[in-house]
Amino acid sequence: MQIAAQIIGFLAALVLLTAFGMLVQRRMTALIHLFAWQGLFLSISTAVVGFMAGQRHLYISSLLTLSLKVILLPYILHVLVRRLRIHREIETVVNVPLTMLIGVALVIFSYHLTAPVRELSTLVTRSVLPIALATVLIGLLMMITRRHAVTQIIGFLAMENGLFFAATSATYGMPLVVELGVALDVLIAAFIFGIFFFHIHTSFDSLNVEQMARLKEGD
Amino acid sequence: MELLVLLVAPLLAAVALGFVGDRKFAPEINILGSALTFLAGLVLALKVYYGGPMLAGGKFFFVDAFNVYLCVLTSFVSMTTAIFSRRYMRREREHGSVGHWGMRFYHAMFQLFIFAMLLCLLTNNVGVLWIAMELATLSTVLLVSLYRTPRAIEAAWKYFILCGVGIAQALFGTVLLYFAAEKVLGEGGEALLWTNLSRVSGSLEPTVMSLAFVFLMVGYGTKVGLVPLHNWLPDAHSEGPTPVSAVLSGLLLNIALYALVRCKTLVDGSTGTHFAGNIMMGFGLLSILVAAFSLLRQKDIKRMFSYSSIEHMGITTFAFGLGTPLATFGGLLHMLVHSLAKSSIFFTVGHVSQMHQTQDMDRIRGIIKGSPLVGWGLMIGVMAIIGMPPFGVFTSEFLILTATIKDAPFLTPFLLVGLGVAFAALLRRVQPMVFGDAPSYQKTLKVAHMPVLLHIVLVLAIGVYLPDFLSLWFHKAVELMK
Repeated sequence: MQIAAQIIGFLAALVLLTAFGMLVQRRMTALIHLFAWQGLFLSISTAVVGFMAGQRHLYISSLLTLSLKVILLPYILHVLVRRLRIHREIETVVNVPLTMLIGVALVIFSYHLTAPVRELSTLVTRSVLPIALATVLIGLLMMITRRHAVTQIIGFLAMENGLFFAATSATYGMPLVVELGVALDVLIAAFIFGIFFFHIHTSFDSLNVEQMARLKEGD
Repeated sequence: MELLVLLVAPLLAAVALGFVGDRKFAPEINILGSALTFLAGLVLALKVYYGGPMLAGGKFFFVDAFNVYLCVLTSFVSMTTAIFSRRYMRREREHGSVGHWGMRFYHAMFQLFIFAMLLCLLTNNVGVLWIAMELATLSTVLLVSLYRTPRAIEAAWKYFILCGVGIAQALFGTVLLYFAAEKVLGEGGEALLWTNLSRVSGSLEPTVMSLAFVFLMVGYGTKVGLVPLHNWLPDAHSEGPTPVSAVLSGLLLNIALYALVRCKTLVDGSTGTHFAGNIMMGFGLLSILVAAFSLLRQKDIKRMFSYSSIEHMGITTFAFGLGTPLATFGGLLHMLVHSLAKSSIFFTVGHVSQMHQTQDMDRIRGIIKGSPLVGWGLMIGVMAIIGMPPFGVFTSEFLILTATIKDAPFLTPFLLVGLGVAFAALLRRVQPMVFGDAPSYQKTLKVAHMPVLLHIVLVLAIGVYLPDFLSLWFHKAVELMK
């Protein structure tokens, strides 16, 4: 039990580490790799939780994460990035130290926010919940600070990872029907952003969303 | 049975339309599919009206007075929108705004969207509710960017990202909800069933539920278009095809609010305080005021009416937040009449912008000269939406105002200012468009008047005389939400 809890804690730390890594990673390909790593840690930790708690259905979610977030989505992203010839592109990230500091603040905030939940929980995984929320919030921060469409989508998917992690750590996973539905939604979203990348690329000549400033108030 | 038809009809229609594509009879299939859905909705409503709330499909579906009326409304408005879009989209196709694939996509996604909304309403599972809500977003994202102009793509991207982020917060809220429920109901699917949750809401852990509600509020509030989470809404409404604006504004916002209200009753039952209601009142009031003042400075006609939608969703959210029986009754009625009136306005706005080839309000003049029915349709629709008696919106706003004076009198001035500013702003803008001289570039078109007339007559009828069955229904729904 003790060991399992420690393994889960370790994996959670790795998930958080990859989240921070993604926050400031400038190279597209490396970013996608980081995302895949995060999915892998998530998948392993889900399987460990499932083994420890004797929850069979967590194996299915673990496999789902593995196939979707470690293999399929990174693959799709790689293909898209190569097709659109942006795999060598380096995005300028403004103010790395400040972004990192905000990220740290978000982690502390998550610990504070989830304190009542942790007190009530009896699960071994309860200490992981704040990290899950922090992953969600760091994904959000990434979407706010970055200006590239691909990066924003990776931020979005990282948020989804965090949510999934939260479900596993707070309650040993949502009911299977919900988890399957969420996976389906992510899959549909993947196709949609794939289509979007092409649309944005053809009409704006770049995937930098900063150029999208036509719709404004009071012009 | 009728429940099955209600869900399967739009799904089958979506698949069929995906295959039919751009053939001549595609719009007719679209209409047929939505008409079938509407019929099933009516039958279901009758059944619930006589037989009371029911569970179906192994507790997977749940129908009560609250969601069945929204089902009928959703299927009705989607049917009239399908009728409206037949001529409208055909003209867009001739005009070259959409291509062959665009049309195929439009029809299939329209039906899928209706399916997602109905699933939202009918499901008994709070998790599935979230999934269906996300599906509703995803199916409309590419409809917003249907014209492929840079502006449309920008609007759709914004919609995708903002609603995606928002809805992710709602999922976290749902996880917390499940965490609280699991303690009481045990593990497994049972703990997310709405019927179980509402039964035990008193024993759910209040702190966790309050925390969950904050996330749910931000999540579903983004979809309702509440200020300050509303940024996507005017863009998506103004850049998408008009039938899509009509269903987004008339239906999707309602569905998101439905999800929020469902969650609110759980949280209220758990905390025993007015915590959730207060948050909703705050968001609602802010939306009313910000939207009313934003209305003043709009130049684009669809954008202006989307701000009006934000204002009305604010009013409804405020009413549900206030939570007294009178206010809830007003809120339910307001959802109904706003949805009817606003979709009819979007229909006429679609006609108007096709007549003038623009959405710029300064270039739209003398509609009534070119097409009296369209002109009057817009004028009367706007009269209805700004809350002139004898239309239904007046009744519902009057009820909400009365409830506010009774229970939160210090908020009445804010509400009145919002309503007054919106009134003035819309009237000032619409009058010169409807009357005045017709410019040379104005074209007259053959349009479908039936949907607009039908909606206006209904809003008028509800304002003059609220049928017994409807008020009984609302009373039942009010009971549910106490």
